[in-house]
Amino acid sequence: MSPIINSIERSNVELTKEDFVSGLPVKWCPGCGAHAILAAVENVFPKIGYKKENFTIVSGIGCSSRFPYYVNTYGFHGIHGRAHAIATGVKVANPKLSVWIATGDGDSMAIGGNHFIHIIRRNVDVNIILFNNMIYGLTKGQYSPTTPMGSVTKTSPYGTIEHPFNTGELVMGAQGTFFARVPDNNVKLMTEVLFEAAKHDGTSVVEVFQNCVIFNDKVHAQITSKEYKDENQVILKNGEPIIFGANKDKGIRLNGTRLEVVKIGEKGVTEEDLLVHDQYQQDPGIHLMLAKMGPPHFPVAMGVIRSAMYPTYDDLVEMQIEEAKKTSKIKCVNDLLNSGDTFEIS
Amino acid sequence: MSKVKNAIELESAVVKFVGDSGDGMQLVGTLFADTTAYDGNDLATFPDYPAEIRPPQNTIVGVSGFQVHFGSKKILTFGEKLDLLVALNPASLKANLKWTKADTVILVDVDAFDESALEKSGYSSNPLTDGSLKGRKLIQVPVTTLIKEKTASLGIDNKTALRTRNMLMLGLALRVFNKRTDYCERYIDKKFGNKGNVAELNKMILKVGYDYFDKLPSEEKISFYVAQAKLEKGKYRNINGNTATAWGLIAAAERANLQLYLGSYPITPATEILMELAKHKSLGVKVVQAEDEIAGITSAIGASFAGALAATSTSGPGLSLKSEALGLAVMLELPLVVVNVQRGGPSTGLPTKSEQADLVQALYGRNGEAPMLIMAADSPADCFYSAFMAAKLSVEHMTPCILLTDGSLGNGSELFKIPDVNTMPEIKPPYAQPNTQYQPYERNPETLARYWAIPGTEGLRHRIGGLEKENITGIVSTDPDNHELMVKLRAEKVQRIANYIPDQEVFGEQEGDLLVVSWGGTKGVIRESVIEMQKEGKKVSHAHFRYIMPLPKNTQQIFSKFKKIIVCELNSGQFVGYLRATLPQFKYDQANKVQSLPFFIDELKEKYYKLLEE
Ligand SMILES: Cc1ncc(C[n+]2csc(CCOP(=O)(O)OP(=O)(O)O)c2C)c(N)n1
Ligand code: SF4
Repeated sequence: MSPIINSIERSNVELTKEDFVSGLPVKWCPGCGAHAILAAVENVFPKIGYKKENFTIVSGIGCSSRFPYYVNTYGFHGIHGRAHAIATGVKVANPKLSVWIATGDGDSMAIGGNHFIHIIRRNVDVNIILFNNMIYGLTKGQYSPTTPMGSVTKTSPYGTIEHPFNTGELVMGAQGTFFARVPDNNVKLMTEVLFEAAKHDGTSVVEVFQNCVIFNDKVHAQITSKEYKDENQVILKNGEPIIFGANKDKGIRLNGTRLEVVKIGEKGVTEEDLLVHDQYQQDPGIHLMLAKMGPPHFPVAMGVIRSAMYPTYDDLVEMQIEEAKKTSKIKCVNDLLNSGDTFEIS
Repeated sequence: MSKVKNAIELESAVVKFVGDSGDGMQLVGTLFADTTAYDGNDLATFPDYPAEIRPPQNTIVGVSGFQVHFGSKKILTFGEKLDLLVALNPASLKANLKWTKADTVILVDVDAFDESALEKSGYSSNPLTDGSLKGRKLIQVPVTTLIKEKTASLGIDNKTALRTRNMLMLGLALRVFNKRTDYCERYIDKKFGNKGNVAELNKMILKVGYDYFDKLPSEEKISFYVAQAKLEKGKYRNINGNTATAWGLIAAAERANLQLYLGSYPITPATEILMELAKHKSLGVKVVQAEDEIAGITSAIGASFAGALAATSTSGPGLSLKSEALGLAVMLELPLVVVNVQRGGPSTGLPTKSEQADLVQALYGRNGEAPMLIMAADSPADCFYSAFMAAKLSVEHMTPCILLTDGSLGNGSELFKIPDVNTMPEIKPPYAQPNTQYQPYERNPETLARYWAIPGTEGLRHRIGGLEKENITGIVSTDPDNHELMVKLRAEKVQRIANYIPDQEVFGEQEGDLLVVSWGGTKGVIRESVIEMQKEGKKVSHAHFRYIMPLPKNTQQIFSKFKKIIVCELNSGQFVGYLRATLPQFKYDQANKVQSLPFFIDELKEKYYKLLEE
């Protein structure tokens, strides 16, 4: 099969943020983390360089899923949990579009869990921005599949007794080719990561730790807030040793088959000993370990954790069609109707 | 005078092959049917197989059958009473005796009637010898013995050799009907040509069956002759409804200059549509076998948004899962063809049996008021034209559409006169023009269809979704008056399709004592029953509906010309309920059957007579 990589037509004029502002009033609560995500998208879309008509944003239902209304692109506000399936149809039917999905943790991992794992497994070339506020916002405060065990919410007055999903683990379990994580209060990092997601051919999942000021305020604070972020976050950079801490003196080392946190300068540990991040490696083993890191023993990994090359579903569809067109004798419907066993009555 | 010496001439004949699931009954049934088609007979077929893949052998539940009705006249049904029954074991004989009549010829494999098989099928004595078949024209063929004899010296193992039992019976059945074997031989060569000597073996055994006729005692040498049908000149093929549906969609995509997209999840008896469309990549057909029916339909809605002719195929329980997304498609006002191949329900019900009981679900099975185009195909070949029209109206009127077919249409087959697709109606999608002041919910004043703006087009960026829309702008709106207006506009748009569909036809006199009303896959049987009534001098006519929502504009006028109206359907009265709500000024009688069996002509006529006498 000849490789035809779906290419998206580029803009011949320079675009700015203003090209993507829809002008509709943004109705998220003041202080909601979603505002930052909108800002990052408005930053990054003009930089990606595609013609502005080639962007399409699809969403499900939830606070997060109001997103398409606020960005001036082609947009589709769907039904609860189905954004991934809708977007699969959009991209397969029209591979020359840059397709983005705005979704929540409930939307993607509860009602839409099935579609979420299958779009990832197929590696459809779309970019998923997953607003993870660990709660159901729009329905006012019920626990979600990412809500930490024991949390008291409107539907768990005695604390949840459910094991939460770790998004990265789920993505990699579904053979994800791209996974990144960012906090909502670091728009610069979010913009960089979204740009990398756009560049990636295949399903990119960008999990945003998003604060819901109303129903789950500060749920990520232990990781994202000013006082904790240096110790409890590590921002991964491809090709660089994994270092974190307010004094940049801590690192992640591979010890046998496990990761461990080490202090540079202590017990003879030097920078040379640290794990060097390779986001492009095919084997997801270390990516999975990085995605699973978290308190109390580890910092949470931010930035692009995995970005592996793999053929995309939509490219493979086009390749099969090209090949069939070349080899099949059936070129139009009349050929089809007249193929096989037919007979003439005169 | 018959055209073949000593043969009994029949206007039409019904032949059924029955055996264990796995005995190859579907194959020989199809081959027999194709031979009659090739010979110029008109025909209809119906495969009837168990829900289990490999049910226990020699049991009634495991019987697999294939029925062929062919003739020199127009064939409207797959037939009722059999002229020839080919039964490979006692269970299949037992299960089908009720379809025989006094002079049915019954071919049995006498070797298969051993004690254990008789016992498993629930016979307490051997029907071949206990006199219970008295009067039937029983021909006992020692199939196993014959095959063993013929293959003994060839070094073929018994198991392989005995797999051709179906071929022996096929050969004999062809001979009984004075048909030649050449079509079957060509097929066997094509199918088994590259499998060692399998083709040769099958052809040899086919011939053994064919020649066995000469060895029969003269009183068993019963042979029939069915003349060629006087069919319109042209090129024909035998087609089943599911294939026809798939091809109708491809034809529509070509006439609309759109790419066809199918998002679907396998379910009996609709799966074949998915499998058929997956074959046609060379025509640009894109098929996604989704993770469930919700993904099937929502991906299709996404594809429709992105500018494809989108479709999804399913059966009853799958349609239930798609309900929420159907409402979304109504709200978005995007084209979408949903094919529902009905089966017996509720729930998983009777997966391999046919019923017409999803009409209410199609009409109303959504939250809120969400009307859409509802159509029903009426024969296997009609599935082609119905799918085509469903797609055309859906695209041109920017509305989702449900096309109802059913198991017997989907699996059943009939002759299909091959049309020239280039002469079929053009399909004109109502595209929005690039770089115009696009308002997503601005409408064509005639049809009320909104315009289709394909992502990627310059100057048409817009956002739509499932929340209520403000008229014209499409912006999310909760305004009470606007909501009522939009509900009315969406309904009116669907009603206006009535201006673009043909008037309802009446078969027979345009006025009379009784109008028989039907829809969907029952057309053939009901037409036959009406023809018989007319022959018996009764003023009975037939109106068979293909368009259900909206109804053809002249429906009321037609109904007003008859003293009585009877609505016949294979459910408890779903269409009649809809008619009562839509055209309440008429009184409707009803004939219903919910056995996952077709109507029989006599039971219908009995109803008509009763009504006429009241
Ligand atoms: C079929 C269906 N079930 C339930 C709902 C109600 N519902 C709307 S949003 C939502 C949860 C949203 O949570 P999440 O995806 O985390 O998004 P957030 O609002 O937190 O951004 C639910 C249960 C619905 N709209 N549709
Ligand atoms: S409820 Fe929470 S998630 Fe929703 S807009 Fe308000 S802050 Fe944001």
